[in-house]
Amino acid sequence: MLYIKCPHCGMRPQIEFSYGGDASVKRPELNKEISDQEWDNFVYNRKSLRGKHLELWQHISGCRQWIKVERDTATHEIFKTFKAEEEVA
Amino acid sequence: MQKYSIFNLVKNAFSNHQNWDLAWKDPEPKEEYDVVIIGGGGHGLATAYYLAKEHKITKVAIIEKGWIGGGNVGRNTTIIRSNYMYDENGLFSEFGMDLWRKMSQDLNYNVMFSPRGIINLAHSDAQMNAYARRGNSMRLNGIDAVLLNREQVKEIIPMADFSENVRFPIFGGLMQPSAGTARHDAVAWGYARQADDMGVDIIQNCEVIGFDVSAGKINGIRTSRGNIKAKKVGLCVAGSTNILAEKLNMTLPIETHLLQACVSEPVKPVLDSVVTFGAGHFYISQSDKGEMVMGGDLDGYNSYAQRGNLPTLQHVLTEGIAMMPFLSKLKMLRTWGGIMDMSMDGSPIIDKTHIDGLYLNCGWCYGGFKATPASGWTFAHTIAQDRVHELNAGYSLNRFNTGHLIDEKGLGTKTWIS
Repeated sequence: MLYIKCPHCGMRPQIEFSYGGDASVKRPELNKEISDQEWDNFVYNRKSLRGKHLELWQHISGCRQWIKVERDTATHEIFKTFKAEEEVA
Repeated sequence: MQKYSIFNLVKNAFSNHQNWDLAWKDPEPKEEYDVVIIGGGGHGLATAYYLAKEHKITKVAIIEKGWIGGGNVGRNTTIIRSNYMYDENGLFSEFGMDLWRKMSQDLNYNVMFSPRGIINLAHSDAQMNAYARRGNSMRLNGIDAVLLNREQVKEIIPMADFSENVRFPIFGGLMQPSAGTARHDAVAWGYARQADDMGVDIIQNCEVIGFDVSAGKINGIRTSRGNIKAKKVGLCVAGSTNILAEKLNMTLPIETHLLQACVSEPVKPVLDSVVTFGAGHFYISQSDKGEMVMGGDLDGYNSYAQRGNLPTLQHVLTEGIAMMPFLSKLKMLRTWGGIMDMSMDGSPIIDKTHIDGLYLNCGWCYGGFKATPASGWTFAHTIAQDRVHELNAGYSLNRFNTGHLIDEKGLGTKTWIS
């Protein structure tokens, strides 16, 4: 079982959360001409890093907020969690 | 090569089986090859075998980071089937079924192919209708499919829960009688032994650390055991696809996820087909040793760990017990995990790339084992002829760009997020 520290609720077991994928993926700006390739990159293409990975989780059985989690995809170690709106360097 | 036969078995018994030939050699990497296959799993070994057998290309090396057959070909639940609705998947898999039927003879290696049938259970009228549609599509493609009602299912698997007051009553099911299981390790070893005999170098404990690409063309690879020149390079690395893609500056429609499987303690024969639960994601069969072999959902988050966490296992086995209550009495013998190359539409990619001489075989999701022979056969064709075969024409990399997705389950993208 992973334990994820929700920035709003504190440390909670993984089963309270649902996964939302790579948090570094940005939706292309609205009302702006974009190429098919840019749209592909948003919808389909993923780096799927081995090692440190910034990802979205939703505290679905808790405060229902989306959060960002920095986790190692090889060891499952969780380094740090952030509120969704926080910019992570 | 020493043939495996009853006569050789008896002959070698007189020398206490001490004089059998090694099944494959352990060569040093050569300076140059016509084709280098990265990944010594089922698909890589099969690709090398068909390159040598069908296309007479034998200056081939298989480069494997660990040991052959140590990845997903040794970690799956051994299910073989072609019960797909869409033409691309159905025709490809059914071509593979033919190769499975001949495999033990073809490889002179008993892969214990056991066409015991697979039953997908239905738990509502709507699901029965959907299965009728899928079964009809399968039959149009020449694949056997039988729609079973509740009573017919009960005759085959009386140990399932047929009581009246269950949450997910069994309405019936779709059966593919010719589906089944095979001994997964034997598949890897059988392909390896034959490929080695035809001149393929199987190079283990050799990690790929980079690629030599110039002017849009592949020239070779860099490995932990030195540089190797190659005219053509094929990637067959399943869950490690993204790691190698990064070295090639490619971003693929693939995410790497963790899938667990488990076996119970061995029990007497109770289940003689493969059964899947229709109200969740759970599948079960019984091995020749008597263990109940079970699997289900992904752990659900990106992972390269090759080992899983308990919440998913508990969830999957809860479904199992809902379907077959007797499972609750069994003790768990082993659990393990493998890393899956999850594609964005749930279907694989076997294609050329924008780099001349570099070929891609990935995106097998949970369904790589059954595809081993067809994947190897079509990938060998794609590499040897430098063009896709009609069987894998649909499995193109640019279908995500053109919109020609093969969305078998109707779940759209990110099929693992339910």
